[in-house]
Amino acid sequence: MPSEKKLMRGSNVVGEAAVRAGCRFYAGYPITPQNELPEYLSARMPEVGGAFIQGESEIASINMVLGAAATGVRAMTSSSSPGVALKQEGISYMAGQELPAVVINMMRGGPGLGNIAPSGADYYQATRGGGNGDYRTPVLAPAGCQELADLTFTAFDIADKYRTPVMILGDGLMGQVMEPVIFPDPIDIKSLPPKDWALTGCKGRKPKAIFSMLLDLNALYNHNLHLQEKYDEITAKELRWDTAMTEDAELLVVAYGTPSRIAESAIEELRAEGIKAGLFRPITLWPFPTIPLRKLAAKIGKVGVFEFSMGQMLDDVIMAVGERAEIYFYGVPGGIIPTPSDVARFLKSSIKGDGKVGRRIEA
Amino acid sequence: MSAEAAFKKIFGRPESLKENYTHYCPGCGHSIAHRLVAECLDELGLRENTIGVPPVGCAVLAYNYFNFDMIEAPHGRALAVATGIKRTNPDKFVLTYQGDGDLAAIGTAETIHAANRGEKISAIFINNAIYGMTGGQMAPTTLLGQEATTAPGGRDSSLHGNPIDISAMIAVSNGVVYVERCSLASLKQIRQAKKAIKKCFQVQLDKLGFGLVELLSPCPTNWKLSPKEAWAWVNEVMVKVYPLGVIKDTTGYEDKK
Amino acid sequence: MIKRTLFAGFGGQGVLLMGYVLSHGAMHRGLNVTYFPSYGAEMRGGTANCTVTLSDKKIASPVASNPDLFVAMNYPSLEKFEKSVAKSGLIFLNATLIKEEVSRKDVEVIKVPTLELAKEAGSDRAINMVMIGALCAKSGLLSLEDTVAGMQAALKGKEKFFPLNRKGIERGFAFIADGK
Ligand SMILES: Cc1ncc(C[n+]2csc(CCOP(=O)(O)OP(=O)(O)O)c2C)c(N)n1
Ligand code: SF4
Repeated sequence: MPSEKKLMRGSNVVGEAAVRAGCRFYAGYPITPQNELPEYLSARMPEVGGAFIQGESEIASINMVLGAAATGVRAMTSSSSPGVALKQEGISYMAGQELPAVVINMMRGGPGLGNIAPSGADYYQATRGGGNGDYRTPVLAPAGCQELADLTFTAFDIADKYRTPVMILGDGLMGQVMEPVIFPDPIDIKSLPPKDWALTGCKGRKPKAIFSMLLDLNALYNHNLHLQEKYDEITAKELRWDTAMTEDAELLVVAYGTPSRIAESAIEELRAEGIKAGLFRPITLWPFPTIPLRKLAAKIGKVGVFEFSMGQMLDDVIMAVGERAEIYFYGVPGGIIPTPSDVARFLKSSIKGDGKVGRRIEA
Repeated sequence: MSAEAAFKKIFGRPESLKENYTHYCPGCGHSIAHRLVAECLDELGLRENTIGVPPVGCAVLAYNYFNFDMIEAPHGRALAVATGIKRTNPDKFVLTYQGDGDLAAIGTAETIHAANRGEKISAIFINNAIYGMTGGQMAPTTLLGQEATTAPGGRDSSLHGNPIDISAMIAVSNGVVYVERCSLASLKQIRQAKKAIKKCFQVQLDKLGFGLVELLSPCPTNWKLSPKEAWAWVNEVMVKVYPLGVIKDTTGYEDKK
Repeated sequence: MIKRTLFAGFGGQGVLLMGYVLSHGAMHRGLNVTYFPSYGAEMRGGTANCTVTLSDKKIASPVASNPDLFVAMNYPSLEKFEKSVAKSGLIFLNATLIKEEVSRKDVEVIKVPTLELAKEAGSDRAINMVMIGALCAKSGLLSLEDTVAGMQAALKGKEKFFPLNRKGIERGFAFIADGK
């Protein structure tokens, strides 16, 4: 039975959803603004016979996850920006070793120690692969507590299906906000497809090894081609995005996560004044919904990009839209949370094309 | 007689401390430790020649309070950063100031290797058995049975391991010359802590090797105790796991006397 | 219907708890709700605030441009947020601490002597319960029953505080009903 409606904090929602999605191993290191997640799981994991570990660092934690994942267990780690920077080596290894795991980043302001306010400044790190090598990490961007729950399930499924680390990219606001959630049913772990690649001890079969070092030149070449095929398949099958109020829009607002929520209220404010804008919300940031955005942007003719960084997702929008529409940009660096009215001013200015709030991007 | 002549100033702010209010909670050991470090630097005339490395932890803003040059290090990396400074500036006085999460969890490798290289650096190690800044998670030094937000029901050795004694661990290394553990929970101990810090600084001035002073330090906020109860907890409970006194001393200072 | 409430004050005045109570009470009433706390700069003793948005429709932004209702528990909060309150909005002042006047003329001000009322209700710690009672009564956001249910859900596991908190909430409702 799905749970009754519960009012829960975003970080805790991810913890409960992970347990219900069959996660039985969590390792992490404290960092604000997501401490509630390890705190929640420190009590919850033992209840379902799973293991919780507070690692001595983020580096240790991601590698504990690597170890658990190699044995076929659904495993997760979480952190916030500076901590996720430290996990990149482990993520790169898991991409190369084709190990499934879920990594949560509740982004805060950077660079360096920055501050703990909501931020979107790790978009590049998440979508371009923050570690070494030619790999991709599917990235899911929830925009509320219910979606945090649902996408946590999705993340574990994508991870297992394609044998890849998957990232959920939220921010400090997603980690701290409380909203009512209905959790999906807990899955029956035994019903998951078997992982014939997992290390279980070689009794009755030949020993297996999992590795990313391929000294033979052809072997590494072919391994990378194989990874690319997998990434192409993910791009074809796993794209996710959402739209709202686009039918009659004169301006298409592109925003993900928390900024998409603020943008939606800004659009409502404008509509109350008779000004028509619509929303395009990428849910997978990699793969980016390039073609759907391209089509809609070309139809509407004007695009306004709003994110909590000085222009990272903007690159993907420029690649999708090119010269098919005018592009305007409003970037807010970590620390200050703009209100819907602030965003509404940007949208109005973009519709007029006067560039008074934000700036015009020359593609 | 003028007022100046009639009254002798016997207590004031050390020059090595800025005139700022700290953000530390009432009863926190950090403020006492800051003062002791500052007094020792003043007395040794080191302030203007010092480069300090604060931690990521409650003392992350130490550069707002210490009145000498300081460089922020990533969480746990203070002793690596300090190594870079000291090796390029051997005539500078270099100190780190680190919490237990910083020095004994995420920074364990940097701590052990800086100590083992015998870096001529002084480390001030604040052991409050908890993660203060992030709100009370388990630290590597948390005592068995002690409550922490990530150790519900208290630290359990079978799940969370045992309290780590990093001071004793580094003491076995030849590069380490002087290690002493003191507490900030009684006037007598605070005076002893000052002596230890000053001696540790002397070790660096004499280019003998690595020195570390561990300070058992109350965190009333996350221990959920009043400042008075927190002092009692240090003196009655914490010292049983972390006994006070000299852990290693190969300075030969006493012998000379 | 959409109503945005901003609570602000010192850490330790129960500001975040008022937000929880309102959020849980709204859930009890079957409304959609979003609660967003300010989560301090990892520093002690600062100010705290939270925004609670209630609606019978889907809620977009968790942060409000102009809150319809504003609870100021201390003067610095009043000074900081007064300007942002929506036209014809309601400002609830913790009159025990705030002696200054609200400078806006286009809002309604409700002065709640929280400490005095809390003492009458039996505990000077119930000031936040008195305030949330007054807020729900005056705004009509929640009935007494929903507010009490919200308090009980917010403080699940701390049942021993229920009776006193309930008295505090009731005192807040009575203050609005009787004007004293
Ligand atoms: C890479 C990284 N991981 C985690 C954090 C979050 N963090 C800040 S301070 C701290 C630990 C604080 O504990 P401690 O070192 O014992 O110092 P205290 O605050 O108790 O003085 C942590 C985990 C961070 N800033 N950077
Ligand atoms: S949380 Fe603890 S260590 Fe940090 S300032 Fe407060 S008392 Fe000191």
